[in-house]
Amino acid sequence: MNAPAYNFAYLDEQTKRMIRRAILKAIAIPGYQVPFASREMPMPYGWGTGGVQVTAAILGPADVLKVIDQGSDDTTNAISIRKFFAKTAGVATTTATDEATVIQTRHRIPEATLHANQVLVYQVPIPEPLRFLEPRETETRRMHALAEYGLMHVKLYEDIARFGHIATAYAYPVKVNARYVMDPSPTPKFDNPKMDNCPALQLFGAGREKRIYAIPPYTKVVSLDFEDHPFEPYRFNAPCALCGAENSYLDEIVTDDKGGRMFVCSDTDYCESRQAAGHHGSLSAAPYKEKAQGGTNG
Amino acid sequence: MTTIAELPPGFADKVLSAQSTFRSVMDAMARPGSVQRIVPMAGTAGSMMRGTAAIALTLFDHDTPLWLDARLAESPNVVKWLKFHTGAPVVQDSSIASFALISDGGALPPLERFALGTSEYPDRSTTVILQVDSLDSGRSFELRGPGIDGAAMLNASIKPFDLFERMHINEALFPRGIDVVLVADDAVVAIPRTTRIVSKGS
Repeated sequence: MNAPAYNFAYLDEQTKRMIRRAILKAIAIPGYQVPFASREMPMPYGWGTGGVQVTAAILGPADVLKVIDQGSDDTTNAISIRKFFAKTAGVATTTATDEATVIQTRHRIPEATLHANQVLVYQVPIPEPLRFLEPRETETRRMHALAEYGLMHVKLYEDIARFGHIATAYAYPVKVNARYVMDPSPTPKFDNPKMDNCPALQLFGAGREKRIYAIPPYTKVVSLDFEDHPFEPYRFNAPCALCGAENSYLDEIVTDDKGGRMFVCSDTDYCESRQAAGHHGSLSAAPYKEKAQGGTNG
Repeated sequence: MTTIAELPPGFADKVLSAQSTFRSVMDAMARPGSVQRIVPMAGTAGSMMRGTAAIALTLFDHDTPLWLDARLAESPNVVKWLKFHTGAPVVQDSSIASFALISDGGALPPLERFALGTSEYPDRSTTVILQVDSLDSGRSFELRGPGIDGAAMLNASIKPFDLFERMHINEALFPRGIDVVLVADDAVVAIPRTTRIVSKGS
């Protein structure tokens, strides 16, 4: 009774064929959301069922899989998906970005530069960038058909009118190959420039919303902006407290109940390999104290 | 008359062979102009090349209406092999086909006769699988577009000779359009609708 109860990589072959056909069309039409018959997976919606289905459709025995959740290899979501594929497909897993051939990610792009033999699979909750502006699918579909994206620019302009700058910090809309406006999944806008002209293939899977889309390698990906309010990636005013990196995306970690906090790389593999290479941050000294930035009650 | 028992076989290992074939086709689609190899072997019927047979086993099923050119459609062995191994319905009307198999490029119908997709659903278009003489020698073509770092060179011997001129319709139609997969034996090159091609002579 020890015979494997599941097909290789969990999904049945008919489902894989359907997903594979959707992936091919997604690559052929960069940024366009291809509908697909999303299956129920042995995990709840919102836990990466879209990404898992895309990964299951492309994964082979020779692949090396890395799974990250907000940059981290060791959170519950990342570990359970990694174990899922180690169990159902028997693939090798890794936490090292450059050793992986398939990287499934929830809301981050690794700091290390991706290379041409890699596929980055994003877990996407809401694939439609226009959904909060226009709830009707028939209308958003027509807007994509006509490349009618004025509404998105109005939204960004309203940010400027209200806050003085474009206040969208994550899921910052991009235009792919000068045609489709696409939601990069809720990655921080810090990661947007990494999507542009990336040597790796990027695939996006939204399980609940039943959409697959893609950015082929070496494709122009532009973050929407205005001439007088150009896109600005996130800037941090502190280096990583553990590895001293000054150009990585940082997580804030509260260290006590007296306002103490530290900022560390969200990409755990990047941070650990920098520490292994001898880089050190300020952790051994006092934790970084956030400067009051013109607030009145600080 | 071939009985089912005498049909050439499909993949020896359905699951892993389909995965490996798909990755070759996916890499080809993601990097237009690059020549990918299809490793798993399957039986072939009639004038179908082994690359074509592997792609058929990997991507076709009862959900994908299939259009065959005259040479394939007239071969009972090909039709029987496709029907038995993939279950894909063979259709007469090319404008509703998910896939078109072309063994004789000289008889490729005008691309407008295939499904081009709609502006709302450009993915509902025909993928044309075209068997060609060679994908490593012949005329030179310079390819540009998504998936290509600058420009890619393709040397290929293709019928119809004006295939890439015909594919210019993709430029005006985008996001509608036709995606083409070229097969020569076990070699595969994909030309998605975003690729722009300039002939560089021989």
